[in-house]
Amino acid sequence: MNIANKNVIIHDMSLRDGMHSMRHQISLAQMKTVAAGLDAAGVPLIEVTHGDGLGGNSVNYGFSAHSDEDYLRAVVGVVKQAKISALLLPGIGTVDDLNMAHDCGIGTIRVATHCTEADVSEQHIAAGRKLGLDTVGFLMMAHMISTEELLVQAKLMESYGAQCIYCTDSAGYMLPDQVTERISALRDQLQPETQVGFHGHNNLSLGVMNSLAAVAAGADRIDGSVAGMGAGAGNTPLEVFVAVLERMGAKTGVDLFKIMDVAEDLVVPMLEEPIRIDRDALTLGYAGVYSSFLLFAKRAEKRYGVSARSILVELGKRRTVGGQEDMIEDLALSMAASK
Amino acid sequence: MMSTAKIKAAIIGPGNIGTDLLMKAMRSDVIEPVWMVGVEPDSPGLARARDMGIKTTSEGVAGLIPHMKADGIKICFDATSAYVHAENSRQVVEQGAMMIDLTPAAIGPYCIPPVNLDAALASGGSNVNMVTCGGQATIPMVAAVSRVQAVAYGEIVATVASKSIGPGTRKNIDEFTRTTARAVEQVGGAKRGKAIILINPAEPPLIMRDTIHCLTVDAPDQEKITASVHAMVAEVQRYVPGYRLKNGPIFDGNRVSIFMEVEGLGDFLPKYAGNLDIMTAAALRTAEMLADKMLAAAKSA
Repeated sequence: MNIANKNVIIHDMSLRDGMHSMRHQISLAQMKTVAAGLDAAGVPLIEVTHGDGLGGNSVNYGFSAHSDEDYLRAVVGVVKQAKISALLLPGIGTVDDLNMAHDCGIGTIRVATHCTEADVSEQHIAAGRKLGLDTVGFLMMAHMISTEELLVQAKLMESYGAQCIYCTDSAGYMLPDQVTERISALRDQLQPETQVGFHGHNNLSLGVMNSLAAVAAGADRIDGSVAGMGAGAGNTPLEVFVAVLERMGAKTGVDLFKIMDVAEDLVVPMLEEPIRIDRDALTLGYAGVYSSFLLFAKRAEKRYGVSARSILVELGKRRTVGGQEDMIEDLALSMAASK
Repeated sequence: MMSTAKIKAAIIGPGNIGTDLLMKAMRSDVIEPVWMVGVEPDSPGLARARDMGIKTTSEGVAGLIPHMKADGIKICFDATSAYVHAENSRQVVEQGAMMIDLTPAAIGPYCIPPVNLDAALASGGSNVNMVTCGGQATIPMVAAVSRVQAVAYGEIVATVASKSIGPGTRKNIDEFTRTTARAVEQVGGAKRGKAIILINPAEPPLIMRDTIHCLTVDAPDQEKITASVHAMVAEVQRYVPGYRLKNGPIFDGNRVSIFMEVEGLGDFLPKYAGNLDIMTAAALRTAEMLADKMLAAAKSA
């Protein structure tokens, strides 16, 4: 694999996807400290919002310690070179939330839909562009459809004005060849000026490997998080990924030792539990289930006495999509009743 | 009893929703669908309506207006889009008809039949709005809790089959979340409301699922809320037989959660599209309640 001299834009997820691992309870002080550390390490893009994006603050996904607005205003104030991004899932957040985030000073908006439902993103992508934001289309659970089908959806988002299209492995299910196939197709078939991105989860321990495959296939942006914070077994651990890219001669503009220190000194002490591939997180990657279902399934196991693994496997069989957290308790109740 | 006296109605919009509504209305004891209004001469929906013995026009509402008085049209349903609804409504109301709005335009008061039908009709206006599919499926449950005790926060999650969501909703999904959240407050009785819609493309398509979370101000009265929820489910089942309580109400501190499944009758729309069926069924139920009042008034006059 030759990726020498390739430029890779690193997008940090610690303060958005990482919110899942922290049950959305990251404090404003922690947000500021981590963001300042990432900024000083040279990370160019930092995402900040509730784990489920703008408007995710809810019974269904968990209430966060602070509002998206408070988080965004706090973080925008401490970064010097990094741009702040926000995630928005149409159906959960609205253009009103986008306007609020823009008002807080974000530079990038990422509009996320299930991989087959790109056409619900038109109004939000158009609104992002109208506000002059770097606007990204984010196709989640991309393992559930073929490369050809993914391409159709990617082109829809591109036609609405998205400047970068992500292949998002929300379940941490993809194997490196599948990443290569999807990213290559996006790179070949989208407009040359449209960037391509990859977002991985480490449920099968393939976060770094899949991200490398994506870079080799032409991806411009790669998501990850320090100390691998994130839903499920977390995202691609950035300090590891940056080290590997450096060994391979690719360019990120990120200072390796500084980002290692952010992981070790700032993030690890804040974690409630170590990020690791336990059997439930592994089940997500094995069964193709949305990574943020993990802690909900664990809670349902405690409350209703049904194993988290059996709940997750059943959710995979039913082909649930991102956001269907309410199905977990519903299913656990039904499974407990039929025992 | 022979019901020779039925209230005559027109349906504007011969798409899937309009056709499903027509099929339901044909079975009504008090509503007689007379006109189907479209804008495309070769629309399959208009052809279907003609086959069912319904008068049709492809000239939009303008094609209906000259016939409204002569044909005694007292109720119109608008199953078109929010963009044209206000003008449609203005024209038919001028002819003395009542407008039942199935679009998200919401220029009239929100109407969730088992919760506020009387109030919506009593407001004296000539236009009522059927909120959204998610609103019809969930707001009865929010109201079932709030009629027992104060609800500080109501949140609904509607999960629908990808195939049941049309291009209009997709282009403006924010309208769904905003309108539903407002109606959770105004009709459901929650102090603050939130709505989430999720679209699932699984095959075979999944039956509409709805989760309703309420946070009560004081500790929930479990017995009373459970009884109220079951009573409300039975109310909705009068017009949507496939409205089913899957699990709950469950109680966790001040959280009350209710898990529903909504299967449609499968008239014109497939059974999994309970979200669309509950809209047409609620619209017809509203029309029938109105018709009962009109018939009673005519009898006593």
